[in-house]
Amino acid sequence: MPSSIPPPVITTDKLTKRFGHFVAASELTFQVDKGEIFGFLGANGAGKTTAMRMLCGLLKPSSGKATIAGFDVYTQTEKIKRSIGYMSQKFSLYDNLTVAENIRFYGGIYGMSIAEIRAKTAELLQELQLEKEAKTLVSDLPLGWKQKLAFSVSIVHNPDIVFLDEPTGGVDPVTRRQFWDLIYHAADRGVTIFVTTHYMDEAEYCNRVSIMVDGIIAALDSPTRLKQQFGLDNMEDVFYELARNAKRKAD
Amino acid sequence: MITLTNIKKTYNKGAVQALNDISFSVEKGELFGLIGPDGAGKTSLFRILTTLLLPDAGQATVDGCDVIKDYRQIRNRVGYMPGRFSLYQDLTVEENLNFFATVFGTTIKENYDLIKDIYQQIEPFKDRRAGKLSGGMKQKLALSCALIHKPSVLFLDEPTTGVDVVSRKEFWAMLKKLKQEGITILVSTPYMDEANLCDRIALVQKGDILSIDKPAGVVSSFPGELYAVRAANTHLLLQDVRSYPGTATCFAFGDALHVTFSSEAKDLKDYLHSKGHMDVSIVKIDPTIEDCFIHLLK
Repeated sequence: MPSSIPPPVITTDKLTKRFGHFVAASELTFQVDKGEIFGFLGANGAGKTTAMRMLCGLLKPSSGKATIAGFDVYTQTEKIKRSIGYMSQKFSLYDNLTVAENIRFYGGIYGMSIAEIRAKTAELLQELQLEKEAKTLVSDLPLGWKQKLAFSVSIVHNPDIVFLDEPTGGVDPVTRRQFWDLIYHAADRGVTIFVTTHYMDEAEYCNRVSIMVDGIIAALDSPTRLKQQFGLDNMEDVFYELARNAKRKAD
Repeated sequence: MITLTNIKKTYNKGAVQALNDISFSVEKGELFGLIGPDGAGKTSLFRILTTLLLPDAGQATVDGCDVIKDYRQIRNRVGYMPGRFSLYQDLTVEENLNFFATVFGTTIKENYDLIKDIYQQIEPFKDRRAGKLSGGMKQKLALSCALIHKPSVLFLDEPTTGVDVVSRKEFWAMLKKLKQEGITILVSTPYMDEANLCDRIALVQKGDILSIDKPAGVVSSFPGELYAVRAANTHLLLQDVRSYPGTATCFAFGDALHVTFSSEAKDLKDYLHSKGHMDVSIVKIDPTIEDCFIHLLK
């Protein structure tokens, strides 16, 4: 075996979650490589949230296998939680803590030492050009800055993978693109990006994209090959083609 | 049908400017879009027009009624679908609709024609509690409730936020039908691609109107020429096009970069070849609303 190719950071094999008779996620099988930007798309109710929760070690699967950063989703959930970062548009930072306090808080949660946190805080503030705002309450930051800070905080502990759940909802088009610059930057450093979005232009920025429909992965490939496969010009049309006949509309 | 004259609104004793001197009007039967990100002032504007919030200064009228003096008349005549789901979660679908009909002194039966197409899609679930509905179904119920008294003006605050592409298309098809019924619609959205579905739009950012026109008018006011640049590695291409001396602006748009140049970019292709991009294509394109918005942000 050549040792130069790192093993996949996420592998799943027929990963399934049932709630009673309802199969929320059915036999999901895929791999995500180190440093890959993986777009996880699906219609509302397709089972994305259920799948993400299993991958984050927050929900026990009904059957199938999965390892995240080499850890088993059944038995090593605490180790998984330490190896991943998570950010959603809805909740990520504490509004009534300052910028520096938020960084310190998350660093502490992830078990970083005081010295590490201090160094990381200085580094982040410089990178985000937020040095002057270190003592500003997060509630007083413009939304775009909050999103960027939230992303940086989610990878403060150098996780192998970061899960981004609709990270760019509601931000202006320039900030949205600056946010993707940050994502690329992190991926270049080897962080694996697992991202959901409703902006189909952002699907084009991913190395590979999976599209869930009614609990199954209906398509998985690079945006270029998906467009070729369906003979369509853009990812929005590919998504529409796959999802328009979805039976499930639950969230 | 809707007029605003020099409307101002601030919060925290003037510290936060939500709306800076906003003036525009919406014609009867028009489908008018407020396009802008969070914090643009869209919700403040809706709340002033639906008489739920007092402006600091300026005048506004809805269907000929003043938003301060005639607030009671306005409340009877408008339908409002707020951004946050605001129906009664522990009432069923049918109970919610009945409740709103009763409050406005009407019945479901009386205006069933207007909501039929929308309500029929959720009618199989009429005994389900609203809190147990999916996002797309909540959206349809909220729209039915906002329409049940046959309003002359409909206010929709980000009805498609967080909703997938399929449901978004369905929703806009419903709006088109309502417009044909003669209802004036003011709708806000952060999705720039939805702007093309409106008769006229206002691009808004931080309490200011950046541009107000028909979508085609906004697009035609884009200065200069815009090019789509493509190559295999978009991420590297972005850095390299930005470093090209003749580049004025360069933003990623899906699988292409949208680029404007400060000078004639004759040797761009050679420049990119020298950086290792082999399969470069450069095509002149028409700007989208999002291109215009980005341009106006500067």
